[in-house]
Amino acid sequence: MSSTTNPLLEAKGITKYFGTITALENVNLKVHAGECLGVVGDNGAGKSTLMKVLSGLYKPSAGSLFFQGKEEILESPRDSQNLGLEMVYQDLALAGNLPIGENIFLGREPTKNLGFIKLLDFNKIKELTNAHLDKLKINVKSADQKVEELSGGQRQAVAIARSTAFNAKVVIMDEPTAALAIKEVGKVLDLINSLKKTGVGVIVISHRMDDIFTVCDRVMALFQGTNFAEASLSNTSRDEVIGWIMGKK
Amino acid sequence: MDDKDKKIASLHLKLMPYLEKYGILLLLVIMILVMHILQPDVFLSWRNVTNVFKQISWQSMLALGVFMVIVTAGIDLSVGSIMMLSLMILAVVAKAGAPWYIVVITPLIAGFLCGLFNGLGITLLRMPHPFIMTLGTLYIFRGTGNLISGGTPISGFTDEVRYLGHGRIDLQWLGLEKSQYLPVSLVLIAIVYIIFWIFLNHSKTGKWIYAIGGNPNAARASGINVNKILVIVYSLCGFLSGIGALILAGRTDSGYPNAGLQSELDAIAACIIGGASFFGGRGTVLGVFAGVMIMGILRNGLNLMDVSSFWQQVLIGSIIVLAVYIDVLRRDLGTRK
Repeated sequence: MSSTTNPLLEAKGITKYFGTITALENVNLKVHAGECLGVVGDNGAGKSTLMKVLSGLYKPSAGSLFFQGKEEILESPRDSQNLGLEMVYQDLALAGNLPIGENIFLGREPTKNLGFIKLLDFNKIKELTNAHLDKLKINVKSADQKVEELSGGQRQAVAIARSTAFNAKVVIMDEPTAALAIKEVGKVLDLINSLKKTGVGVIVISHRMDDIFTVCDRVMALFQGTNFAEASLSNTSRDEVIGWIMGKK
Repeated sequence: MDDKDKKIASLHLKLMPYLEKYGILLLLVIMILVMHILQPDVFLSWRNVTNVFKQISWQSMLALGVFMVIVTAGIDLSVGSIMMLSLMILAVVAKAGAPWYIVVITPLIAGFLCGLFNGLGITLLRMPHPFIMTLGTLYIFRGTGNLISGGTPISGFTDEVRYLGHGRIDLQWLGLEKSQYLPVSLVLIAIVYIIFWIFLNHSKTGKWIYAIGGNPNAARASGINVNKILVIVYSLCGFLSGIGALILAGRTDSGYPNAGLQSELDAIAACIIGGASFFGGRGTVLGVFAGVMIMGILRNGLNLMDVSSFWQQVLIGSIIVLAVYIDVLRRDLGTRK
């Protein structure tokens, strides 16, 4: 159903150089509302670079991005966030010294006016954090807990909560289950499935075939910085996808 | 036995956050008590207490500035030189006969611009570490200060210019004696520290300063303009050094070439004693104040007891190492599961 509508996010001909190294060459990607796209590839295939281009952290050397059919130029992560494009980084991008709530709202803190000065509204941060964590069924002792005190799975949950706290339309996840204990993996995958149901487009980068085949609708493989293969999940198999990762069709 | 252990552990968990926040104040109180016992007649006298506050007044400004920089996991070695340059500019402007309100504002602007220069250098020139940029400006600013003043002291300012560093708030209306006044510099310290406490803990920018220290990548990924915040932090640090210059001008009635020499190290020491971490993201304004007070009281107390200044150096160095070691032990306890 989703393939007939316009894609929510589309990248065309993305190329990225780092000095003399070509990290990406003419890469295309699209994701529809309510769809999960799996991106696979070996280390160094350009997955993370592509995601950083999509999130506005890197500027592409060439190529263009279309969001809801309109071309967008992302100058910073703030631009992509404003569009509703959120990223969950592999290194989690959380500040360990700050509490959960302040991490979720980092950069977009609610404030209250005290005369002419704007002060952080800690009560509102706490209230919104608790409501949001409840909605996602994420259990932590308290929203005031510092992130550095959390387990890997809890941190991942906070990172995902952070990405979805502001009406995200597309959420990009870089190896969302890599650092998790087995029992926590299922929870994160459930979280992804429920995001899809709300009409969010999800892009999952993963090495784990289990993840890809549990939550994704379509899978694309990058090889040495280029599009290598792509198929809907029903038309492929684990063995074939693993072959793509190694550069075999 | 098990039950008792659990109780101790849970008590421990409840106490830790308070100990982490206010432990340094405990050290300060202990020091005050020890000094009081050693010098019962003098140490807690009105005259001596106001003296301590007057002595720490300008250092407390430098320490607060350096603290903000350290929270971002940076360092500013140039604060002493910024203060000296600002002081010299003040002296030259005052000698040129400018009205007092111009003279008073010049060190603040000069300090701010020096800080801005640091901040822009670190971000635009992409220096590998703020240490290098501010080490460079440590020399540049002091050299410039000597160039504009000819390397000689310039003395004699008006009362208005000296007010912040030298002024007294009379408390006779409270029924106190004339000698029991409040130094204006003490009130200034309180106001500046409260403003910066609010800024760092209750404003977006303040929160982002801590976030940058905690994880600059997280801050960047959150759409925070890290470079802009760093420029703001170094500029404010310079501005505070400028306030330090204004206070020092009042206290000494003179701009002199050695002003603030090595005071950047005192400022860093106060931050570290107060619990700031060189890795960034950690420390409180209250802690810095306690750090400044501990150093001030130590110097004052040792002077009262006629201990040689060489011993003071040895003791201050030891306190730095000891304070950080206590911090290491405390962290070990705090992370024990």
